[in-house]
Amino acid sequence: MKLVFLQTDILIYCLLLVIGLYIWRARGKAHLAAPWRKVARRPAAMASAMVLLAFVIVGLLDSVHFREPLSNQKPGVTEYSLEIVSLLDKLLTPLRKHNEKTYSAPLATRLFAMETIEQPDGRIARAYPRLQYGGAELGATPKGYARDIGRLTLKGTLLALLLWLALTTALSTWLTQHRNLGWRALWRGEAELPWRAILFTLGVLLWLVCVTWAIAPHYHLLGTDKVGQDVLYQALKSIRTGLVIGTLTTLVMLPFALWLGVMAGYFKGWVDDVIQYIYTTLNSIPGVLLIAAAVLMMQVYMDIHKDAYNSITERADVRLLLLCLILGVTSWTGLCRLLRGETLKLTEMEYVQAAQAFGVSHWKIMSRHILPNVMHIVLITVTLDFSALVLAEAVLAYVGVGVDPTMNSWGNMINSARLELAREPLVWWPLAAAFVFMFALVLAANLFADAVRDAFDPRAE
Amino acid sequence: MSALLEVQDLRVWFENRERQTRAVDAVSFSIERGETFALLGESGCGKSVTALSLLRLLPPAARIVSGSVKFKGEDLLALPEIAMRGLRGSSIAMIFQEPMTSLNPVLSVGTQIGEPVAQHRHLSGKQLKRRVLDLLDAVGIPDPMRVMDAYPHQLSGGMKQRVMIAIALACEPALLIADEPTTALDVTIQAQVLELLRELQRKNGMALLFITHDLGVVAEMAHRVGVMYAGEIVEMAARETFFQTPRHPYSQKLFDSVPRLDKRGQALAMIPGSVPRLDSAFTGCRFASRCEFAWQRCRVETPRWTVLENGGARCHLVEQGSSVEPQAPVLTLETRHQAPENGAATLLEVSELTVHFPIRKGFLQRVVGAVKAVDGVSLNIPAGRTVALVGESGCGKTTVGKGLLQLLPLTSGSVRFAGQELTTLPKSQLRPLRGALQIVFQDPFASLDPRMVVADILEEGMRALDVGKSPLERARRIDQLLDEVGLAPESKYRYPHEFSGGQRQRIAIARALAVNPKLIVCDEPTSALDVSVQAQILNLLRGLQATHQLSYLFITHNISVVEYLAHEVAVMYLGRIVEYGPVEAVLSAPKHPYTQALLSAVPLIEKETGREVIRLQGELPSPAQPPNGCHFHPRCPHAMPVCAQRYPGESAFGAGHVARCFLYG
Repeated sequence: MKLVFLQTDILIYCLLLVIGLYIWRARGKAHLAAPWRKVARRPAAMASAMVLLAFVIVGLLDSVHFREPLSNQKPGVTEYSLEIVSLLDKLLTPLRKHNEKTYSAPLATRLFAMETIEQPDGRIARAYPRLQYGGAELGATPKGYARDIGRLTLKGTLLALLLWLALTTALSTWLTQHRNLGWRALWRGEAELPWRAILFTLGVLLWLVCVTWAIAPHYHLLGTDKVGQDVLYQALKSIRTGLVIGTLTTLVMLPFALWLGVMAGYFKGWVDDVIQYIYTTLNSIPGVLLIAAAVLMMQVYMDIHKDAYNSITERADVRLLLLCLILGVTSWTGLCRLLRGETLKLTEMEYVQAAQAFGVSHWKIMSRHILPNVMHIVLITVTLDFSALVLAEAVLAYVGVGVDPTMNSWGNMINSARLELAREPLVWWPLAAAFVFMFALVLAANLFADAVRDAFDPRAE
Repeated sequence: MSALLEVQDLRVWFENRERQTRAVDAVSFSIERGETFALLGESGCGKSVTALSLLRLLPPAARIVSGSVKFKGEDLLALPEIAMRGLRGSSIAMIFQEPMTSLNPVLSVGTQIGEPVAQHRHLSGKQLKRRVLDLLDAVGIPDPMRVMDAYPHQLSGGMKQRVMIAIALACEPALLIADEPTTALDVTIQAQVLELLRELQRKNGMALLFITHDLGVVAEMAHRVGVMYAGEIVEMAARETFFQTPRHPYSQKLFDSVPRLDKRGQALAMIPGSVPRLDSAFTGCRFASRCEFAWQRCRVETPRWTVLENGGARCHLVEQGSSVEPQAPVLTLETRHQAPENGAATLLEVSELTVHFPIRKGFLQRVVGAVKAVDGVSLNIPAGRTVALVGESGCGKTTVGKGLLQLLPLTSGSVRFAGQELTTLPKSQLRPLRGALQIVFQDPFASLDPRMVVADILEEGMRALDVGKSPLERARRIDQLLDEVGLAPESKYRYPHEFSGGQRQRIAIARALAVNPKLIVCDEPTSALDVSVQAQILNLLRGLQATHQLSYLFITHNISVVEYLAHEVAVMYLGRIVEYGPVEAVLSAPKHPYTQALLSAVPLIEKETGREVIRLQGELPSPAQPPNGCHFHPRCPHAMPVCAQRYPGESAFGAGHVARCFLYG
């Protein structure tokens, strides 16, 4: 096995590192930890955090890429497959490999469209052909379909229940030992954290995962798409794309917004004028137009330098990264303006003047006094922007300037649904799957962002 | 049942998930018709909450737990909300502390005054307009026709407070609740507003519930006084009795901690510690932990209310009938290092300092004028002495302070520190001198970075100016500084928000001290603090001056602080110093009419007979367009024709006492 680090992977690891450092720092600092404790006390926030965590785990599993050794090895030399797969792909091998011929409905055993098939006795008939993998155990003429589904669901449910009970017991034992809280107090919601909401969400998530785990190898839980790929697999692979766009874009945007905003507010005068002109100009160009132009330019560039990329995956990844960059460069203005205003206010604060009276340098004042005091705005904006960016990806793909068409993304799924919705009988499941996944992520992110805003907004107190 | 307002056993608690704060705990008092009852107390003692609960205007987190509020025999707490709305504004009205935020900026003054009239009196059209004009006239606003159509931002602070009073008076209420109505105003304006309130009370016969922390204002206004401490009324008495013989140890301490001229050279009495948190359960007397007379009984047994003539007190001492003798404050100050007398070496010499802020207008931002915040100020600060800079808000005194520290771009003038000219120094050479010149700000809540622990705050200056070579040495110095300003060494790992206002000001002082300054500009360091805490800070500043040979430029509007602390005083009016001299000379025999008016407007605790209060007309003119000639002539009672033509020269009165006025030459 040979690890492959795509560019976005590296950035994701960097982001994890940054978040890890922040948590480590926040643990020691009362003013950083207190608002987070406030977030942690809200049931809705914690429930959505659980959902987000599930998404993040999937996204991270999908961010560890490697190339597998080829099966027919020559002795002495190890050769690796050209195909880059991720841990998630490895986990979902049955889903990835079980490709049908074309559309099939969720949990179906036959294709969605009639075809002319040759019967074993030589007659030609028009019928719905049997799926190659969907309910394969049931034989050529599927019998006991309902019983099979029921059995698998029950299996998943029992497993989920078992896991949940084990986790709950472990948690309450731990709490009893370390926090001196009995399970009764836990159940009545007397603990500091809303354990009931957390455990409930955990239960629902476990149930979904386990039932999927039980059914998915045997059936196409969410159907297949035009080329017979499993829709569930696509939707799961799209999670990484959504998360990358939601987070890396902010990473690109932050330096612009932070430095320009703080500098404009701190130095005032001509620096402020220049920065203001830049962002008002940028703001007055329609965003989609700007992004479309940049994406098309990038596409042309990549087409010219085709041989720079070893594989389709790498190419798609570079394109994803560039899309994040473009989105980032065009979306820093809002935060920049907020930060400029806040900095203008802060520079009049007396502690900034006290620092000036000590002859502390501008750079130090900005980094030690201004930056920490605007961080709550950054945090609020970043969490609020996350969901907007995930949605923006869908819009861009629909316009045709989104991520690479070969890359799985909800935007691409929705884009292809254009034709699927136009046919009769209509194919609804790819759109529905993309919708449900995106909805869950964006709703959870929004609820979480709300809680973050309430906790960090100084005016809310 | 003759009292207009009768409050019985009122308890107001603030509740949230974590704790219960008993902001008002069993408060009872009554107000007669036409009487002024002053509720005196330090911040956080529950006096504003008491007032708000009378009108049932409490924030949602607060709950009236028990008690009754009877107004004209009717229990307000039992009234339905709709009846309560009919009472608010018409029978009971309220004015707030901050005139800037109490008026709606997008409605004209006339509309806002007309609102309660239309609501409660159902007037409209011409009648309404006439009523509004009458009201504006009644509160002494010149040119009411014009002011009626003006918007709040076009009016000055004093005018806004008059408008607020006009709104409150609109329906001739039987009771007016005034919550610190003059705290945000200057002394001369405060005198005008207090006079106005007294006059209106005489005319309308309304009762006044006056909430304040200022003993001087109480002395001027009240008929009866209630002293609140930690949610309770600890003493109630008629004004004369209260000011002659305060019964409760807390009241006595309040009196003792007011700085005055006759306390110069002594330490002020101070109340140790701070107000207890109201979310704890109390056993015994709430003041016991800070009271020097407390004994065992005070700590275990809650004192009962002892009824005395015209009031009462809540103290075991009063209960026993033994009155405490007001003690002379214990002298704790070292008197060895007395400040050097006149003729000490000049540390800082400011001459002809001007700071003009350009007014820009139009597309190209051309300079069309200047706000002359400081317009030719000359000042000498001798080593080891305190120079006070006195004036009303907007006169440019803070700008002088920041200007001489080179925190603002100066327009012209020179600042020489120990013989070295600062204004022409390049930044790199100025930096090493920064340590010698430090500043302590007014607002202890804005002057400390909320994201830094105390140790970081103190270390910042040391690191920037290379005081203390190693981190270890700096850490030792931080401990030493904290000890010097009277804070525990553990406090260095805590954040500013964990401290009270007084403690924060101590941190700010320690921060300035950290870099071994020679001169500290104190920009109203005590004006945001309560009297008892102010005394602590003033004592601290005095002590530090003695041990470190510090010079202070003490910027303030509080004359009593000047009397207590300063050696020399400069009175500023509209960007210029109008009078300068040794503090005894200036305060006892003021020469400039403005100084005279300023001093006479200060509310005094002792009623002096024959003290004539000089009421200044109008307000401070805009520094963008100062009047020609002497800046003070439009408001001066002695103005002569020559005053409008030229700016007066200096007249000397001996011992360094000078004034700029044509009356003397």
